[in-house]
Amino acid sequence: MWQYVLKRLLMMIPTLIGAAILVFVVLRLIPGDVCELRLAGTGLYVDEEQIQICRKDLGLNDPLYIQFFNFIVGLFTFDFGKSMWTGREITYEIGLRFQLSLQVAIMATVTAILIAIPLGTISAVKQNTWIDYVVRAFSIAGIAIPSFWLGIMIILGLLISTQAWFGEPWMPPIEYVPIWKDPIANLSQLIWPAVATGYRYSAVATRMTRSSLLEVLREDYVRTARAKGLLEKVIINRHALKNALLPVVTIIGIEFAFLMGGLVVTEQVFNLNGLGKLFVESVTNQDFTMTQALVMLVVLIFVFTNFIVDVMYAWLDPRIRYS
Amino acid sequence: MPTTSEVRVEAEFEQLEDLRDRQGVFKSSLTLLRKQPLGAAGALIVIVMILMAIFAPYITTYDPEQNSFEHMLVPPSWEFLLGTDQFGRDLMSRIVYGARTALFVGFVSAIIGSSIGLVLGVASAYYGGKFDLILQRVMDVFMAFPLIIMALAVVSIFGTGVQNVIIAITIPFIPRCARVVRSSALAIREIPYIDAARANGFSNTRIILRHMVPNVMAPFLIMITAFVGQAILLEASLSYLGLGVQEPTPAWGLMLQGGAEEYAESAPWVAIWPGVAITLAVFGFNLFGDSVRDALDPKLRSQ
Repeated sequence: MWQYVLKRLLMMIPTLIGAAILVFVVLRLIPGDVCELRLAGTGLYVDEEQIQICRKDLGLNDPLYIQFFNFIVGLFTFDFGKSMWTGREITYEIGLRFQLSLQVAIMATVTAILIAIPLGTISAVKQNTWIDYVVRAFSIAGIAIPSFWLGIMIILGLLISTQAWFGEPWMPPIEYVPIWKDPIANLSQLIWPAVATGYRYSAVATRMTRSSLLEVLREDYVRTARAKGLLEKVIINRHALKNALLPVVTIIGIEFAFLMGGLVVTEQVFNLNGLGKLFVESVTNQDFTMTQALVMLVVLIFVFTNFIVDVMYAWLDPRIRYS
Repeated sequence: MPTTSEVRVEAEFEQLEDLRDRQGVFKSSLTLLRKQPLGAAGALIVIVMILMAIFAPYITTYDPEQNSFEHMLVPPSWEFLLGTDQFGRDLMSRIVYGARTALFVGFVSAIIGSSIGLVLGVASAYYGGKFDLILQRVMDVFMAFPLIIMALAVVSIFGTGVQNVIIAITIPFIPRCARVVRSSALAIREIPYIDAARANGFSNTRIILRHMVPNVMAPFLIMITAFVGQAILLEASLSYLGLGVQEPTPAWGLMLQGGAEEYAESAPWVAIWPGVAITLAVFGFNLFGDSVRDALDPKLRSQ
């Protein structure tokens, strides 16, 4: 087992290095740089000399291999440096937004699990009945509805319903309040983005629960359990569901990893200042150091989630370890 | 040892490996369409959408790009069935023409993405060894790389426009298709006829293209149908963020940008219809894709 964990851990390294090379190259292919944008963005006349000074300060005139070397060394020493745009520490800038993104991701995951597992189970148990069709249509719709549009519709619904009930439209608070400071303000702000993303997320997980449970229900040991005369409820809850949940856990894990970096559109709709917004800003500002750090963070979360899921698989199903 | 994504993909496409009889595919997909009301509904939506795209000029009465300042934000009426947007453009016309953009981006990126994935996946399985290992790690990188950064980079390097949206959407499709195809191709490689072909002295290219590719057509087709819907959704998201199709081209995601939120309260139709169009289109393709998967999957077929 430990050998497998170690081997799997080592497999993460090439992916991380590959992602580092990719983001480094891609960013340098974009024409222009942060100095031109920052100085010329003010609209005033800019001295070419000033741009050169700025470039020199930020190390943009260094040969590419030196820039790359610094980036990699920074990664290994966890020293990401300063944002090229704001000049503040990258860890500080990310820390500001990480909490919000993490909270939305966790809330969306909880929403998804609460919807997916009961719906997926009932859909598999009642396969090819109208309940199954309704659940499947509901979950396919969840994948089809763009989460940003669902967000717009939620905001619209909130506006109209509060207007009708209280006489004046209510809007969620704009500033992010940490949950321990004011849970009500915090939740009333973040519940809606969590629902908008959680629905899509639940749809993926519902489908996985259904197909995985259907497969398990065809296994011999389920037939044995039935032959023993066990109650169908016991068979599903005790015997089938436990085994069927493995791929569901995988999907939930992987989607969670995506959520951490992929909430760009939802954040835009709900006007949240999270990692997604920082992502877009740092690429459009050509903030190399910030973008590199963010991409590596997201890739690391993705790769690490995959690692955890794989190890869980191996732990739960020893066949995987030996094959 | 399967990696997570492989396990996920395998579960998702419930054992496609033993797929060999290709004659029954078309017939059984027809039967299943009849048996599966959801799949038939999906096919219907897809067909309506394709017809809408083809006959757009005959269905609509207004030019989708024509501004009309006397008719700004007109609610749905007999004159403008779905109302007009903040520039006085007829929403009905924009949605009908938007189907062209959506279908074009959807099909082109799905076909290109899965075709490259097909060749890479089969080659990876056929050659095995170091080639396979390195290619799979490269695929891992592209899978893990955030799509939005890729899209932003493509747009910043090449500029906005339909073809660049297609590039940005195609890139993440390649590794996902390659993964699925590779796991099917691995099983096929073990069948003796591949050895026979090699013993006959056929070149590697010929064996890959003539002997292996046709036998992984089922997962390939499944991937294409699944990708079209996703591509439409991605195009809408990118256009919404301003990274995709640009004004004045009618595109559903673009129609939700700017105006939709601003006028959500006073003119909700601007925000509602494009979203309904995206949802219906993706819904249709997903339903259709699901039944194609069921039809091509012998394990499910026996039920």
